[in-house]
Amino acid sequence: MLFKYEVEGGNFSKAGFASSEIKKILKQINIDAKIIKRIVVALYEGEVNVVAHATRGTVLADIDDKQIYIRIEDEGPGINDINLAMKEGYSTASEKVREMGFGAGMGLPNIKRNTDWLNLTSNVGEGTVLEMKTFF
Amino acid sequence: MSAENQYHALSVNESLCYGCTHCMNVCPTDAIRISAGKAYIRRDWCVDCGECMKACTVDAFYVEQDDFDKIFDYKYRVALVPAVMIGQFPSNVSESEIFSVMREIGFTHVFQTEHTVDVINERIIEEQMKENVKPLISSYCPAVVRLIQVRFPSLVDHIVLVKPPIDASALFFRRKLQDMGIPDNEIGLFYVTPCPAKIAAVKSPVGEEKSSVNGVINMDFLYNKVLLGIQGRAGKGTRAAGDTLPNLSAKSILWSLTNGETPYVRGRCLAIDEIHNVIDFLEKIENDEITDVDFLELRACDESCAGGVLVVGNRFLTVERLHKRAQLFKDIHGMPEDLEPYTDYLKKKLSIHPVEPRSMLALDEDTGKAVQKMLQVRKMMCYLPGIDCGACGAPNCQSLAKDIVQKEAQLSNCVFIQRMMEKNKKLHGDHAIRIIEKVWGKDRLDKDCTKLGAKNEGM
Repeated sequence: MLFKYEVEGGNFSKAGFASSEIKKILKQINIDAKIIKRIVVALYEGEVNVVAHATRGTVLADIDDKQIYIRIEDEGPGINDINLAMKEGYSTASEKVREMGFGAGMGLPNIKRNTDWLNLTSNVGEGTVLEMKTFF
Repeated sequence: MSAENQYHALSVNESLCYGCTHCMNVCPTDAIRISAGKAYIRRDWCVDCGECMKACTVDAFYVEQDDFDKIFDYKYRVALVPAVMIGQFPSNVSESEIFSVMREIGFTHVFQTEHTVDVINERIIEEQMKENVKPLISSYCPAVVRLIQVRFPSLVDHIVLVKPPIDASALFFRRKLQDMGIPDNEIGLFYVTPCPAKIAAVKSPVGEEKSSVNGVINMDFLYNKVLLGIQGRAGKGTRAAGDTLPNLSAKSILWSLTNGETPYVRGRCLAIDEIHNVIDFLEKIENDEITDVDFLELRACDESCAGGVLVVGNRFLTVERLHKRAQLFKDIHGMPEDLEPYTDYLKKKLSIHPVEPRSMLALDEDTGKAVQKMLQVRKMMCYLPGIDCGACGAPNCQSLAKDIVQKEAQLSNCVFIQRMMEKNKKLHGDHAIRIIEKVWGKDRLDKDCTKLGAKNEGM
């Protein structure tokens, strides 16, 4: 099953929409609550990343009875040093974003912790593609 | 307790229900369907919040209560009265007058539900000190506990495993009377309830084997009885108010209202009332969007228990009166004297078993089958108009799609699909009318000038 959601850069009030929708789907196909939580936390962090850094993005989810594959693609500044971005506490978020309680540098590490497979690619000045898988 | 054994307090009076969509549209768990012109409640989906009853235009919902005469099965007949009951009466009616009339109509003792609030409070704080999930969610409102079971099964571990005031006070007063030499089987404890959820909690408690309450009386019923009594006696009572009970503190008086619990628990606490607000917030908690809250006081009714569907008076006036009362007793602090010796006994008895999830959201227990059904639901949604009109007898297109996949409805239940089928010569007009009558009742589309809002309404 394919699901697609748009994410608007800069609109923090809408961050969490895709994760809420995906959560509803996963509850309906009777996925264990703890696994749902991991997926939702990872996806929410991913959405916040797009909102905080990019101009726009899309969330694509593919769900079957064994796993969920999520691809978050954005148009934005991209990531200079992926290894650094994966480090806890490292953040390039603006002062404005931090004032809103985001940008503590925990996003990507938190996503990594909550997924079974993760792939991050980025082109500076163009955008970022984050792929993740969680097995049921 | 299995879902099939769940007691539900809300029922539909089929002779009054004329089949509209008000209740179905407000039900927060999508538990209502219309069939043959009547509303049906899906028992295992219902959380007894009472929203349907509030929305009904013809009072077709009723709350099953115990027969009042059942109190006379007991030699000692105890009424457990919550503060919001006192808040129903204007301020010139005193608490002792209310209690004295209650003794005239048959109770031997009248006690207040919030008598044990201080012990509950201490137990909640003890739970907070343990290594626990965050935020803890109060177990006060039984409709919220049930809502979490059916809609937020992943959050059941957040519920504080401490009994609410109704059970705690029932335990205390029963024990106190026993200590006065009264045999247990002669004590009948009756709770005066502001809502159906509390009845359901007494009849089939979540997290305990058996409630120590013997019966439940609806607050609206008792209010009328007491008001008649007060008006009839014109100042000349035949009975005193009974054993003078210690006056309750402001904290106890306000415990059942919004922000009743939050000032007395540790850390960052939030109070949220009204079931849709509660659902919105629980969604955020479930998504881990909010992680720095320690305690949540969640109540299904707007203005908490003052907004209960069985509370007669205006909820804002009730809140105002109780705040005035609390102001009057603002100098009373700490535990009622008679409760102190029972603190240890009660504390031990206040724990409840972990609350079991019983999700009603899964399309199938088997994920493979559920995915197949989900695919079918999504396919159905390609055809359904997305108008969410409810004319099919389900609350929205999504619900109809699920009902179809679960073989509980058909695509042709949708009136718009019917028009398309007629246009494509796949359905005869007479057949379409028969389908509509199956949902909305026979002759439902005939002219009827006595219906609500029509020119001969009620004649």
